[in-house]
Amino acid sequence: MPEPKQPEKLIDDKGIRIDGRRLDQLRPIKLEVGILDKADGSAYIEQGKNKILVGVYGPREAHPKHIALPDRAVLRCRYRMAPFSVDERKNPAPSRREMELSKVIRESLESVVLTDLYPRTTIDVFIEVLQSDGGSRCAGITAASLALADAGIPMRELVAACAVGKIQGHMALDLSDAEDKYGEADLPVAWVPNANLVTLLQMDGILTPNEFEKGLTMALDACKTIHGMQQEALKKKYLVIKEVAEEREETEVVA
Amino acid sequence: MSFTPQLPPVAKLEQKTVADLVANGKRIDERTADSYRPLHIQVGLIEKANGSAQVHLGKSKVLVGVKVETGTPFPDTPDEGVLTVNAELGPLASPLFETGPPSEQAIELARVIDRGIRESKAVDMKSLVLLKGKKVQVVFVDIYILDHDGNLIDAASIGALAALASAKLLKAELKGDEVVYKPGLHPLPLNNHPVAVTFAKVGKTIVVDPVLEEEQVMNARLTVTIEKNGNICAMQKGGLSGFTQDELKTMVHLAVQKSSENRAKILAAAKG
Repeated sequence: MPEPKQPEKLIDDKGIRIDGRRLDQLRPIKLEVGILDKADGSAYIEQGKNKILVGVYGPREAHPKHIALPDRAVLRCRYRMAPFSVDERKNPAPSRREMELSKVIRESLESVVLTDLYPRTTIDVFIEVLQSDGGSRCAGITAASLALADAGIPMRELVAACAVGKIQGHMALDLSDAEDKYGEADLPVAWVPNANLVTLLQMDGILTPNEFEKGLTMALDACKTIHGMQQEALKKKYLVIKEVAEEREETEVVA
Repeated sequence: MSFTPQLPPVAKLEQKTVADLVANGKRIDERTADSYRPLHIQVGLIEKANGSAQVHLGKSKVLVGVKVETGTPFPDTPDEGVLTVNAELGPLASPLFETGPPSEQAIELARVIDRGIRESKAVDMKSLVLLKGKKVQVVFVDIYILDHDGNLIDAASIGALAALASAKLLKAELKGDEVVYKPGLHPLPLNNHPVAVTFAKVGKTIVVDPVLEEEQVMNARLTVTIEKNGNICAMQKGGLSGFTQDELKTMVHLAVQKSSENRAKILAAAKG
């Protein structure tokens, strides 16, 4: 697919962005939990054109054995982009970017997982970006914490993540691909709400300290919204299970 | 795949001492929470490199070499030179480092330094073009860690800027298809001077420029790279826990101050 051309303006005169959003507006988010059969836990997220699937295994026996820790589970994480997920085909070999993101995503999740309950085991998180549209590491974290919960792994709470950025001199929430590419800065943030900790923070581009503070507040507000969506998505799975169970009970009574 | 690293058992015995000291406003090497270790910068040690700098940050030692060669530009930036940053964390520097392909720590280090230089537009990339879309100069920044006693990011960032600022190159020109060099050395054109400042959160206290012992007990780490006008040009959080919003604000403001102190030392050293 040829790359789309650079838009003339990222924000129009009325303060509306190229996809019709206001500066403080998230893209539409769709969350689903428990959609894979073999993985212990799974989740799917769509955020704008991002489509990301996360599978979780564990706690399971550590392989290779030497990575096992005597006092807690090892959390392992792999962020990967499918070759067809971007405009120009991505080489399937792991890139330096993917290795760095795997590390920062793992570090964003470590503090919420109760790893000390399962010494000598591993908990594995596989994040597969099927289509990428800016902010994929944040969407990946949002989905990964749902998949961990779906796997029944004891956690303190869910982690929510969202990026902010600067386009045409304005701080804007949840940058799309084009806004990230032609904008001035990108600031992905992951937040653990009750502990009140920012567990992922990266930045590239140029921001003044004041712009950073404003952006951080915008990102944390968005993380609160996303955290609510995560809780709904998790509950929804059990509502469906409840309905199925009730239907079965009814048919059994009739029979 | 990225996985939770194992810390050496010694660190666990020392954990309490280091954490207790920091909680009481002291540090294992008797510094205050907001002060750097002694910084020594020496440039031009490697004659065969275009630029080089050896940095001693306390007991951490880093050697950075800059090489400029001709190559081809990336297809999406035909009118810009190429910048490549690489870091080597070899077994020479620490018993924790092994031979083999670059570890995720090495990749993270190189990418954080790269982001600071690239996003602040420190190297004048347009001036490196010999023939648009075909031939450009490629700037290689190679970071060699010689001794690891903590805060490699800042030591590498200081070394990279000192090596770039002291780099000299022959003026290259294209004659037909061949690159010819004119006699006489010119400095590498630099537009900006990014400096990274790294913090560690030990217990509930934030300290700047953590030593290895502090890194081994820290909850989280934050690097803020500041460009010459006092704006942020790169950030990276590391470590297993996180920071509150207020802690982040405090660190950004302290980073602006600390980076300008270090920048003055770097540029003075680069002048020789």
